[in-house]
Amino acid sequence: MSGAPTKSAAIAGRSYSKHDALARGLGYFSIGLGLAELVAPRLLSRATGVKDSEHIIRAFGVREVATGLAILASHDPTPWIWGRVGGDLIDIATAASALDGKNPKRENVALTLLALAATTAADIACAIGLTAQKQIATDAVADYSKRSGFPRAPRFMRGAARDLEVPTDMRIPELLRPYDEGTPKPKGRALGAKGLRP
Amino acid sequence: MKALVWHGTGDIRCDSAPDPKIEDARDAIIKVTSCAICGSDLHLFDHFIPGMESGDIMGHETMGEVVEVGAGSRAALKIGQRVIIPFTIICGQCEQCKRGNFSVCETTNRKKKLADVAFGHSGAGLFGYTHLTGGYSGGQAEYLRVPFADATHIKVPEGIEDEKLLFLSDIFPTGWQAAVQCDIQPTDTVAIWGCGPVGQMAICSAILMGAKRVFAIDRVPERLAMAKAGGAETIDFAEVNVVEALNEATKGKGPEKCTDAVGLEAHATSSIDAIYDRAKQAMMLESDRAHVLREMIYVCRPAGVLSVPGVYGGLIDKVPFGALMNKGLTIRTGQTHVNRWSDDLLRRIEEGQIDPSFVITHTVGLDQGPEMYKTFRDKQDGCIKVVLKPGEMAA
Repeated sequence: MSGAPTKSAAIAGRSYSKHDALARGLGYFSIGLGLAELVAPRLLSRATGVKDSEHIIRAFGVREVATGLAILASHDPTPWIWGRVGGDLIDIATAASALDGKNPKRENVALTLLALAATTAADIACAIGLTAQKQIATDAVADYSKRSGFPRAPRFMRGAARDLEVPTDMRIPELLRPYDEGTPKPKGRALGAKGLRP
Repeated sequence: MKALVWHGTGDIRCDSAPDPKIEDARDAIIKVTSCAICGSDLHLFDHFIPGMESGDIMGHETMGEVVEVGAGSRAALKIGQRVIIPFTIICGQCEQCKRGNFSVCETTNRKKKLADVAFGHSGAGLFGYTHLTGGYSGGQAEYLRVPFADATHIKVPEGIEDEKLLFLSDIFPTGWQAAVQCDIQPTDTVAIWGCGPVGQMAICSAILMGAKRVFAIDRVPERLAMAKAGGAETIDFAEVNVVEALNEATKGKGPEKCTDAVGLEAHATSSIDAIYDRAKQAMMLESDRAHVLREMIYVCRPAGVLSVPGVYGGLIDKVPFGALMNKGLTIRTGQTHVNRWSDDLLRRIEEGQIDPSFVITHTVGLDQGPEMYKTFRDKQDGCIKVVLKPGEMAA
């Protein structure tokens, strides 16, 4: 009864693919960057020459830390890496808006954009790799609707093992057995009506 | 030899490892013909159970052929004997073994002091399952050293394929014991959380023991389809409220018997306690996610029974113990006393009452094991049960 052949794209002989490793690295990077944005927004704001942008940088920091934690905590980081790609695009758009000729720190902005482009490329490569890894393994839902392990339909097998004598240590107490008016009363109730304790 | 070796969280590799040797007179060495990845191996893969060390060999569902026997086991085992190795290592001589409580053998955990600290008192040594249970090398390998081999084995006849017998090592007796612990009556409704391999075995066992109705709870379509084929009525917890569905099906009274075949990595959707568990686990304030346990306690009929074959490793939080106490529920747990059931279950397989191989969805060489860990954990490719063949590795 062997099933479908193995189709995982992980490195042969290992459970941990290079895309998994990259995702974990990006998770740590995201947390580090996010903390920097939360702790020193004014410094980053000055470096890029964008005035009054501390609150935006802090918001980006919260996003980065949350995404990083999610990447590290989840079994499947794929959606969170794609989330990072979306965040990268927002970051690029924000930085690009600071590239006007009046900004004295536009060289720093250009460097920021370069770094963002590299990060985005890494995020996209990781997301595509993880998605492809998943896609290979989820081509179709298998049909197990006829696999029961029984030689006949379950309705004919119900109770086939009633010959089993349940060991005394696993039996339920007599008083908890199914209630039936016709069942002889267990010894514990032989105290009689007078003797029954409240 | 080749073996599947744990290197860290989510990192298992097919490495070369030293061939095992006889270390004690009661040892035997077996050449592994088939082994399997168990759902509880995934708890180690994800490192939710402490006590793993880099270099540990995985695996506790193993069968094969005896190739070497220590002097103390020669009366019980012969070279060439076909055997299944139960996941619990048993001495067969201590008080607990004599009572049939094999999974809490008092002798075989060679790192008993560690377990005494973690659990108060130690249970049996287990193959490939952390240093809390002895740090013994597991059977996802070409060869396995079996300590206390004169007691730790199940002899099986030739002529029946490995696939039908292999699961006597763990999941079949585990599902069976889960049902036996419920002491199923013909009037009982049994609810089983988790339709992985143990859940499927528990469903079959409940049907064979004559439960009036069996409900199977999961969210993976192919697992639910398999459960339905086995005679269960299915509840997709991603689609419906489990408590409401079970109460509705039982005229508001709840099922008499509930089985947790999920354990410490419960995946609930859109439930507050599941989010709470995830957050606490991420902050290392809680080791196990107890959503299923909470739900069972809540929905079970008063005076009912909870059976817990699912593995828990440490600490759980927000357990509604008031409900458990006030409803007078009985809870039965424990690792499986495999050898207590093996003769009876082998007979049932030989008579054709059941063929446990129905859960196998993937059979691959041992070298493909690391990838299959991930496929199994992520429930990809319709994966329900993986069998590994050390003899079928790529050259």
